Amino acid sequence: MSDIKKFMYLNRRAPYGTIYAWESLEVVLIGAAFDQEVSLMFMDDGVFQLVKGSDTSASDMKNFLPTYRTLGDYGVRHMYVDKASLEARGLTSDDLIEVAWEDFETEEEVDNIVEPVDADQVAQLMAESEVVFSF
Amino acid sequence: MKLAVQVNEGPYQHQATDSAYHFTKAALEKGHEVFRVFFYHDGVLNGTRLTTPPQDDRNIVNRWVELAEKYDLDLVLCVAAAQRRGLVDEGEAQRNGKDATNIAPRFRISGLGQLVEAAIQAERLIVFGD
Repeated sequence: MSDIKKFMYLNRRAPYGTIYAWESLEVVLIGAAFDQEVSLMFMDDGVFQLVKGSDTSASDMKNFLPTYRTLGDYGVRHMYVDKASLEARGLTSDDLIEVAWEDFETEEEVDNIVEPVDADQVAQLMAESEVVFSF
Repeated sequence: MKLAVQVNEGPYQHQATDSAYHFTKAALEKGHEVFRVFFYHDGVLNGTRLTTPPQDDRNIVNRWVELAEKYDLDLVLCVAAAQRRGLVDEGEAQRNGKDATNIAPRFRISGLGQLVEAAIQAERLIVFGD
């Protein structure tokens, strides 16, 4: 398979409470083997997936926040966050983890691929995507 | 058009699986190609042959099976999601030491790569969920 498509993984759910966030992440990790052009979009309660310092020890849930930090190594080039969803929940980009990215062939580096975007950009990015996986 | 369908919800609890079925059936009847139906999350529960709904209700599992028989449709349950939720075929039963299987005919269990491949191969991926 040589054709490369623009993939977007749309994450709209809180990280815990339902399994959607974790099973979405599993698709991203497996999908890396297919070398597509991958971005993630976090909206609604999905923005909580990227909030720093979560502690799940009391709830007996596996804390998968560290996995998000590795996504740059799994071919994820952009992690967009809907600004309005952040603001509605009293969050700013300072509350979010940073995820680094590096192209091992060109040695191009980006310190943080987590990027807040406004509603117009969300619409445009979705329209530009060829495949939207919705979770 | 070549389509792929993703089903994210379980049967009966959520109408997404009914919508996915009706969409898939309508697309096939119109002459479109459905490359694969991929069941994820609780969607894998669409693939147990042990389902026994009341007689006056629709049988969601059998409906998929009949559609697959008529159109040679590829019905795939995600293996990771299936293992968590107790969906078992012969291979899984042997690998994991289970004493029974429950997968319905025409369904098969395979990896998430099958979803990604379907998204690449198809012109449109249609996701049914909450």
